[in-house]
Amino acid sequence: MCLGIPAKIIKIEHGMGIIDMEGTQKEVSLLLQEDAKVGDYVVVHAGFAIQKIDEEQALASLETLREMASELAEAESE
Amino acid sequence: MKYMDEYRDETLAQGLANKIKARSSRTVRLMEICGTHTMAIFRHGIRSLLPETIDLVSGPGCPVCVTAQEDIDRSVKLARIPGVIVTTFGDMLRVPGTDSSLQSENASGADVRMVYSTSDALKIARNNPERDVVFLGIGFETTAPTIAAAIRMAHDTGQTNFSVLSAHKLLPPAMDALLSGGNLEIDGFICPGHVTTIIGTAPYEGVVQKYGTPCVVVGFEPLDILQGILMLVEQIEEGRADVEIQYTRAVRPEGNPGALKIMEEIFEPCDSVWRGLGVIPKSGLAIREKYRSFDARGRFDLEVPRANEPPGCLCAEVLRGAAKPVECKLFRKACTPRSPVGPCMVSSEGTCAAYFKYHAP
Ligand code: SF4
Repeated sequence: MCLGIPAKIIKIEHGMGIIDMEGTQKEVSLLLQEDAKVGDYVVVHAGFAIQKIDEEQALASLETLREMASELAEAESE
Repeated sequence: MKYMDEYRDETLAQGLANKIKARSSRTVRLMEICGTHTMAIFRHGIRSLLPETIDLVSGPGCPVCVTAQEDIDRSVKLARIPGVIVTTFGDMLRVPGTDSSLQSENASGADVRMVYSTSDALKIARNNPERDVVFLGIGFETTAPTIAAAIRMAHDTGQTNFSVLSAHKLLPPAMDALLSGGNLEIDGFICPGHVTTIIGTAPYEGVVQKYGTPCVVVGFEPLDILQGILMLVEQIEEGRADVEIQYTRAVRPEGNPGALKIMEEIFEPCDSVWRGLGVIPKSGLAIREKYRSFDARGRFDLEVPRANEPPGCLCAEVLRGAAKPVECKLFRKACTPRSPVGPCMVSSEGTCAAYFKYHAP
């Protein structure tokens, strides 16, 4: 039930965010994330944006995983 | 979808799995306490990637499942009051109460409507000014602020025919209750990512300090879950117990202060009855005096007799992680998703439903 879907805010109208979910547009409340801006990715839960996604953190954590995988691959080939 | 697909990379998943295997020297039991994790672990076949030393168990992470039988009976009683429209998230409809469910009430003429968001429930109230619209407030800290926001909106716009039956639950007190029982070995918690986007990491500090049980806040894609498990294994192997965040793209240590503020304004902590765990102090949310006109408990007579669990159903044990669904005699026999006996089979994210769908008989 605590499902949260990442989605991009493409418009803000009357305090409501319009998000794009794989081509379909949906309205979400920004009451719980008042400083969200157009272009931000947010986690959407039950019609509300509950948190912003931190792009830098997202890239950094993927990078860590890739490094780890290549270290392991090297260790195995030795 | 962006922020999902990249976290499903199979090569990286295998890399993580190998690292977990290399790091894990002793048998550990890790508990996830979020129905979304339960489903994701099955759907992505996470167990098959893990070494035998890692035992994953599900805890009380499905809000519909942990809702007390009395609260189900209360919602049925509510649906029977003439003029009332009951609005709820979908999974609640089919949960069997003592002698009925919302779905059967609906079939016999009650007005029960499934909504996707509390904003939809408010819309129904606006469009039906002569009716009483009640929303069933079920869910953990992820959902509670969306319900607090609806109560605030109703208050600010004078929507007096809207109210909420609050049966919300808070997860950290339940984690404490599970550990304080002492008869269940849990070596680490896979903490719920979306609950933590709201509450931040501070509420887990108690568990870490009191019981020395590591907590890692984890996302919901395969790489998230595997990395979270690796972080727990590393803590255990190094003899540490800390609160760490794996799901850094969505979780901030401080949580969502705006959401916490609105929750705090509308609700106050109260003792709450959990299916399987009994009464847990300060683990529920009651509507504050200032907003009591939006509290369904004050507006309607919702007294119900003490209820018993469905006979033969092991949900209480399953929710504590003390039994697996396959140990229940009714599993796959008298109890299936089409005719569920207990809530763990009803909810799409209940542990029994997950085992039914993914676990080979
Ligand atoms: S299989 Fe059905 S009866 Fe058994 S514990 Fe699960 S929900 Fe209850």
